[in-house]
Amino acid sequence: MFSVEEIRKDFPMLDNKTMSGKPLVYLDNGATTFKPYSVIEAVTNYYTNQTCNAHRGDYQLAADVSAQYEEARDAVAKLIHCQSKEVVFTSGASMSLNLAAYGYGQKNLQKGDVILITEAEHASNVLPWFRVAEVTGAVVEYIPLTDEGRVTPENLKKALHDKVKIVAFAAVSNVLGYVNDVKELVRLAHEQGAKAVVDGAQAVPHMEVNVSEWDIDFLAFSAHKMCGPTGVGVLYGKYNLLEETDPFMLGGGANARFDMCGNVQLKHAPFKFEAGTPPIEGVLGLKAACEYIMSVGYENISRHEHELRTYLTDQIKKLDHVILYNPNAETGIVTFNVRKIFSQDVASYLGTKGICVRSGSHCAKILVNFLKTSDTVRASLYFYNTKEDCDALVEALKTTTIENCVGIFF
Amino acid sequence: MSDLLKDPFVLRQIIMDHYENPRNHSLTKSSDYIQKHMASESCIDDIHVEVKLEGNVITDVRFDGVACTISTASTSIMSEMMQGKTLQQARELLEEYKKMVNGKEYNEELLEEAVAFSTVWKQANRIKCATIGWNAMEEILEESEQHGKQQ
Repeated sequence: MFSVEEIRKDFPMLDNKTMSGKPLVYLDNGATTFKPYSVIEAVTNYYTNQTCNAHRGDYQLAADVSAQYEEARDAVAKLIHCQSKEVVFTSGASMSLNLAAYGYGQKNLQKGDVILITEAEHASNVLPWFRVAEVTGAVVEYIPLTDEGRVTPENLKKALHDKVKIVAFAAVSNVLGYVNDVKELVRLAHEQGAKAVVDGAQAVPHMEVNVSEWDIDFLAFSAHKMCGPTGVGVLYGKYNLLEETDPFMLGGGANARFDMCGNVQLKHAPFKFEAGTPPIEGVLGLKAACEYIMSVGYENISRHEHELRTYLTDQIKKLDHVILYNPNAETGIVTFNVRKIFSQDVASYLGTKGICVRSGSHCAKILVNFLKTSDTVRASLYFYNTKEDCDALVEALKTTTIENCVGIFF
Repeated sequence: MSDLLKDPFVLRQIIMDHYENPRNHSLTKSSDYIQKHMASESCIDDIHVEVKLEGNVITDVRFDGVACTISTASTSIMSEMMQGKTLQQARELLEEYKKMVNGKEYNEELLEEAVAFSTVWKQANRIKCATIGWNAMEEILEESEQHGKQQ
């Protein structure tokens, strides 16, 4: 039985915190999420009771930590439905997307090949592909968005052609919050012989992502957006593709042997990608985060967020001075502007009311062509948010005037 | 200093007035002007500043771009205050303004309307909004001085 009141007890940041003298209302979950005690304990327990390197010691303490480190891979595999050896630990979704782009894309793309992305992508799923195109002579093309801003199978079909080798898109857009039909998009990419690279940063924390059933080639996501620690994330890749992918960082732990002539034999995936000592406490924290998410259950998480989103947008729609950009999105991402007030002024004003939201272009700078505005305010909900949080935002929006936005400086 | 410039209500009106009716708010794109594009400090504000120098005197300042209330109003006020100033006077104004926005002692008389931004530090992450246009002016002055030395 899902109870948001019970859930909230698991999070120290939800325990009577204040900001600017007001109760803290955290609606910036698209940026990062709060951590439950179980994750915090996993991180501190490593430093308090388990400190030693993973995979590098012939003693019990190291063997135990190494085993838990590998159990984290099992936990991720269970969460996204893949094999443990298909889980590569990275520093986060950005590094994961860079690894897919440089390690696989740059190696396999040739002059004239096409990388298909969308205007709604986050910088981390755009800039590496720009660079890969520059280096290989490949070309970046765009899947047109629908009038509403969605990426649809119909539009992917229009954009696909013989030269397309990579199709890269987000499962959930970080600005507009639409859930894309990943399974069908991937199927169409494969039909054309292209590989599908999916940015799961805004999806994996909120909904069931089944990489096996959806036949995804690469999936990237971060731990910190799903109740885990910062500085750690995952690149999932089909095993044969990971074996084909080059690491872009070499060093200790990634090689099996090497000699003075420069002959290097790398380990097999996923270990060849994990040179150097990883954030062990981060990986153990990610394990705890996966377990926490599974204990709450994706069904509960998605349902609660959708209900809350509907509750919030129903009220926002009644405010004449607020423009809502994604009224029909399925997830907890609510993107808006207050008429004639710059988004940063709105976010600062809401901040003085204890409310955390994000302003700006949300790292999706080419989307501005579509939205016809340079920047927006984004409130992003998570399963621990409440109707009271939504009410606080709506009440504060009612008093969001240019006078009040400037008034916070006096 | 006028008591009016101590009244928060008046100061707020000054900011709103400069935000809603920014002065010198168009670019000439003329080669007579030194240009500066300020867009790399944050991912939101994106402004262009143009300055015309004749000898030792600033004869015109213009700006344009997408920015918040504080960025727009502070740049607008800067563009008015710098008109007709010598390089030396402009330097002095810049120094006083920077002291003020960073919460240090400053010369109120010199800063006139710009004292509207004397409490911007209350929102720490917005100090950069209050300085974006002023920083553009400072960079332009530095560049012109460098250029002057080379000649």
